[in-house]
Amino acid sequence: MAFEHDTSFIESLRIQLRVIGALLMREIVTRYGRENLGFLWLFLEPMLFTLGVTALWAGSGIRHAVSLPIVAFAVTGYSSVLLWRNTATRCAMAIPPNMGLLFHRNVRVLDLFWTRILLEVAGATMSFVVLSTVWISLGWMEPPTDVLRVLMAWGLLAWFGAALALVVGGGTAHSDMVERIWHPAAYIVFPISGAGFMVDWMPRTFQDAVLWIPMVSGVEMLRDGYFGSAVRTHYSAEYLALCSALLTLAGLVLVREAGRRVEVQT
Amino acid sequence: MIELTNVKKSYPTRQGQRLVLDKINLQVAKGQKIGILGRNGSGKSTLIRMISGAELPSSGRIRRSISVSWPLAFGGAFQQYLTGLDNLRFICRIYGVDFKGVVPFVEDFTELGIYLREPVLHYSSGMRARLAFALSMAIEFDCFLIDEIIAVGDSRFHEKCMHELFEKRRDRALIVVSHDPSMIKNHCDCAYVLTAGRLSAHESVDAAYNFYQTCLQ
Repeated sequence: MAFEHDTSFIESLRIQLRVIGALLMREIVTRYGRENLGFLWLFLEPMLFTLGVTALWAGSGIRHAVSLPIVAFAVTGYSSVLLWRNTATRCAMAIPPNMGLLFHRNVRVLDLFWTRILLEVAGATMSFVVLSTVWISLGWMEPPTDVLRVLMAWGLLAWFGAALALVVGGGTAHSDMVERIWHPAAYIVFPISGAGFMVDWMPRTFQDAVLWIPMVSGVEMLRDGYFGSAVRTHYSAEYLALCSALLTLAGLVLVREAGRRVEVQT
Repeated sequence: MIELTNVKKSYPTRQGQRLVLDKINLQVAKGQKIGILGRNGSGKSTLIRMISGAELPSSGRIRRSISVSWPLAFGGAFQQYLTGLDNLRFICRIYGVDFKGVVPFVEDFTELGIYLREPVLHYSSGMRARLAFALSMAIEFDCFLIDEIIAVGDSRFHEKCMHELFEKRRDRALIVVSHDPSMIKNHCDCAYVLTAGRLSAHESVDAAYNFYQTCLQ
């Protein structure tokens, strides 16, 4: 099957950016409305959640052998979970509620996914930045020791989240089963994603096993940047990038196929 | 020019792949007005969605060298929880049209008053039809695709639609699909009949109409 495009790459890019911009504004208004705090919920939601987790952990009086500041530990851990869990969950079954929009030729299935990915990454990033800033200014948390490494880890985790979201979202377009499996899978992966532990606390044999989980590398790298030499971290940024690249490729193929087969209805 | 070459479309069903459109060939030049007759379920709406580009053909090729509208139907493609104006704003963004410039037209045409600032959820079907039509007229296209037009709304609305489409935009191309031949008879230069996924061309609108009549028997 041949698709010919008379539109130049630049023109196509312009159209796609315009469409994603329009979808973003629409998604914000439909999800958060014009009243109350409006789009502030985009990061207030994850912020509240991080706050709750921090309160629970602090209140439960868990004292690990490692002298790790619990607030910074919770913020880095939970924020990174948001990056992969929310993006993928929001992309699951993203097509049916947006079916009507596909009547417009320039709105493609991929754009629906990009929009949701961008919103979730933006929300998680804002909550991470705002929360860190608040805690640091209150003196509950030290500023990160290596900001560049924090940014790189965050970028890698965001890429991983986006790639996973494309796979899950594209998968649900082919079979509802994917959505049913995704929810329990997300709950199972959550405790072993590195959010709630450091690899260094594990016995040696477990360390190698747990490092096969891509997000563990991301969280470890994030904490390496945050705490610096105060903690010992184990991770491979290359491995995380490789996993993300492969997932991106698989996700794009799934989404393209979904776009070819979509049946547009009002 | 819109050009369809050997377009096929099949959908998966429980009984396997079902061919809905079979080797469709069609050319529409700028300004040409084409009617496509077909019974319910003959594949008319599928064909319109292919031409609009909302769905892709299973095989074959579709080329568009003029701007083509989305399939105008009166159900809408609305976002229920958005207001009428927000829906307009969205469409303007998608097509790169200045929003402020078209608001007066939409206000005037729809006569929706304060309801333009209410969620579409609260609209009656007539109000929705007015908004849907106004939105599609707010963006200018070289070719409009019309799917089962204008069975809704009162006669005044009906007249306004006809005026916008057939008077003000009489230089544009049109592709109308309908199971009701009168509309096609009144407004189209040539007509096709879609039966069992095949498109047959006819010399005149009357010839197509007669053929369609025999198909109905």
